[in-house]
Amino acid sequence: MNRFPPWKYALLIIVLGLGLVYALPNIYGDDPAVQVSSSRGFDLQPEIVGEVERSLESAGVEHGPVDFSSQRVLVRLDSSDRQLRAADALRESFGDDYVVALNLAPATPSWLSTLGAEPMVLGLDLQGGVHFLMQVDMEAAKTQRLNNYVESVRNLLRDAGIRYRSVRVSGENLVVELRTAEHRSEARELIESETEGLAIESVDAGQTFNLRASVTETYLQEIQQNALEQNMTTLRNRVNELGVAEPVIQQQGANRIVVQLPGVQDTAQAKRVLGATATVEYRAVDEQNDPYEAERTGRVPPGSKLYYDRNDQPILLSREVIASGENLIGAAAGFDQQSGQPNVVVTLDGEGARRMLEHTTENVGNRMAVVFIEYRPETRMVDGEEVHSTRRVEEVISAAVTREPFGKRFQTTGLGSATEAAQLAMLLRAGALAAPMQIIEERTVGPSLGQDNIDQGFQSVIIGFALVLVVMALYYKVFGLIANLALTANLVLIVALLSLLGATLTLPGIAGIVLTVGMAVDANVLIFERIREELRNGNTPQASIRAGYEKAFSTIADANVTTLIAAIVLFMFGTGPIKGFAVTLSLGIVTSMFTAILGTRGVVTLIYGGRKRVKSLAI
Amino acid sequence: MDIIKSDTNINFLRFSNIALVISALVLIAGIVSLSTKGLNFGLDFTGGTLIELHYPEPPEMNDVRQTLQEEGFEEFVVQTFGTASDIVVRIPAADDGESSADISTRVLEALSAQAPELEMRRVEFVGPQIGQELAEQGGLALLYVLIGVLLYISFRFQWRFAVGAVGALVHDVLLVVGVLSVFQVSFDLTVVAAILAVIGYSLNDTIVVYDRLRENFQTKRKGTPEELTNLSINQMLGRTLMTSLTTLLVLIALFYFGGEIIHAFAFTLIVGVIIGTYSSVYVAGSLAVKLGVSKMDLMPVQKEGADQPDQEILPERFRNREA
Repeated sequence: MNRFPPWKYALLIIVLGLGLVYALPNIYGDDPAVQVSSSRGFDLQPEIVGEVERSLESAGVEHGPVDFSSQRVLVRLDSSDRQLRAADALRESFGDDYVVALNLAPATPSWLSTLGAEPMVLGLDLQGGVHFLMQVDMEAAKTQRLNNYVESVRNLLRDAGIRYRSVRVSGENLVVELRTAEHRSEARELIESETEGLAIESVDAGQTFNLRASVTETYLQEIQQNALEQNMTTLRNRVNELGVAEPVIQQQGANRIVVQLPGVQDTAQAKRVLGATATVEYRAVDEQNDPYEAERTGRVPPGSKLYYDRNDQPILLSREVIASGENLIGAAAGFDQQSGQPNVVVTLDGEGARRMLEHTTENVGNRMAVVFIEYRPETRMVDGEEVHSTRRVEEVISAAVTREPFGKRFQTTGLGSATEAAQLAMLLRAGALAAPMQIIEERTVGPSLGQDNIDQGFQSVIIGFALVLVVMALYYKVFGLIANLALTANLVLIVALLSLLGATLTLPGIAGIVLTVGMAVDANVLIFERIREELRNGNTPQASIRAGYEKAFSTIADANVTTLIAAIVLFMFGTGPIKGFAVTLSLGIVTSMFTAILGTRGVVTLIYGGRKRVKSLAI
Repeated sequence: MDIIKSDTNINFLRFSNIALVISALVLIAGIVSLSTKGLNFGLDFTGGTLIELHYPEPPEMNDVRQTLQEEGFEEFVVQTFGTASDIVVRIPAADDGESSADISTRVLEALSAQAPELEMRRVEFVGPQIGQELAEQGGLALLYVLIGVLLYISFRFQWRFAVGAVGALVHDVLLVVGVLSVFQVSFDLTVVAAILAVIGYSLNDTIVVYDRLRENFQTKRKGTPEELTNLSINQMLGRTLMTSLTTLLVLIALFYFGGEIIHAFAFTLIVGVIIGTYSSVYVAGSLAVKLGVSKMDLMPVQKEGADQPDQEILPERFRNREA
């Protein structure tokens, strides 16, 4: 007689029951929905539900239930046509502070959702969407930081009345030239106490007494991390501009950012918005000197810098920046009420507004210029190696007379067209980047391919599964049928675990499931072959069953651990889709051990275990 | 119903020299192909841009090429993909400034100006530095799997087995890569994943045989290592073939129904499973024997003072790992 302790039956039933519950949400599919969330990250208030309903009713769009959470409001609709109309209506009534995006809402019944059961997350290759990998140019962040130091060191020395010959960037260092040794020691003390992250040494250079400062390694890392974080924030804002329901923006390694936009169709638009690394600077126009003269002689007056406008005409601007991209709070395109020209209305933060007011109060009647700065990626060949870098392109896009003092809110006109105004406003809104970035990898899947991938993946799982079931039933008869039960349970458990872990299902992930189906029966094959062998050796059926399970166990464990080693290495080294394959393969190995050993034994014992005399086994 | 008769006793080791010759021949063919044709590296490793498009009706390929030429592209490949209405445009990584992701946008705009109902199915752009990284990662992953396996088997069995298993794995990987080169299968990331899965699979087979070999060494009083190895392979033959059969069945389903993207992946696994099955029968066992595996290597140590009535199954810690 073979026994199987009751607690093991209980374990089997509980695990399978849980597996069924958590696998179940996957059969209900999705409803088209529209999602409203905050573009600034603040929590939503419950009143918003009423606003959404009113807005849809006044637009005459019939809608389903409205789900509220503090992060988002989700309205279900019964057709994709209504979905589009609802999105239009909501965009109209909710302004820039909200993101209105198309989404799919899982149609999971509420009793399942309350148990925390949700369907599997589909990867971009299954639901369609865009994946970008962006690399942040850290060299540029470093240079930018050095330039900032130049400005602040100059101000420090000037305010303290220490006379200096020059403060400039030389290679990776900041060099301050002073006339006397006393000045140098004073300056050094001052800079050391007032700035952060500089390692300073004194250098004698013939006629001048110099200080050479370099940015310390730890501070450099801090700068890089800050730059990366600022860029991620900027990217989040930009993605909000695009209206994507569930974007993923994550750091990868020291200098890379992954951006995933499920459901985005217009990749050109997405790339324009994400990849355009632009910012603006407001500077006063130097009206005292002749820019043509400066261009001809190459002698630029101190305190000024030579720029060119869109028609390649030279213009001299003050070195001092009044406000820049990081001071921008908002920018909206529209039309000037008086002239009817396209304009951009800009809103500055407190510091920007204060400086702007200070400047414009003193400079009514003078011109102020907007410099548009763009970082364009480029690749050069240096010593046969490709070097990627970004080039800073500066262009004066407008130089307008200041009519009256202003601070927080003002408008820029003189833009070419309404489209250009809209484009500029969008770029301004998206804010400034701390360091330029470029797209180094893109993977976009169109929606029709996504659906095909789901269909084909599903089909191959079903067909592969059916083939294995038939072969097992034919070859091992009753035991084959038991193995088939285990295989089915295994499939349910894999789906349940994937749903429960919130793991993303990808096409390679489906391939992993298919492969698992083929390999999972291996444990049963091993056991059954062993039972057959024991029977041939003249053992009784009951003893053969017992010996079969016991002796095959260590073989199964060894074989599975080695496969698991391969799967884990795949997971560690793989990126994106490959990870999906590794995840389903590993899960499949673990669940198959459970169902193929414990599960089948339970059933086998149920059938044969209680009988005193078993003459033969159907194996 | 049996595939293998229970009294099967094929002398696999006698064929081991013939197997060696066969392996060597396939290997040489693979190496010749690798050195002449090389691998057909996919976008993941070469870098560049790939655009898959679906036309409502089959497009004239020359028109597509001409449009792209007029748009200023010089180096590109246009191919059908699965059906005549689906095409793939491949553009190699450019050396100039425009290696950025803009290329796909330009291609899409130019082609959809001609055929407005054109549907974008897929765009992949991989920068050159990414390609290199992915290649390095793939190679490293392979290496780490081999090391991990070597350690685990040395720990669970004995170093001769570990070397035998890893030898069989290297054999498998080389043969699979050789076959991929001969058929010029597009070698991309999914293929690397497939090769790692093949390693896992082939290892599975090898371990099963070794496990039985260990058991036979411990329980059978008579028999040379050759005879016992042969016996073990024969005893496990039914299982080896059955599992390979079910795995091949699902892979064939994947190959025919899984779609174009998964093709190379499924193909690699099919080839790998066949080679892995062959190697666990002909290569892994005979390698261990050639390395001089003996009964002594796996004999359980008698625990002092303990009653040891049966040598059959012993907890792992009682097994001697080193002779």
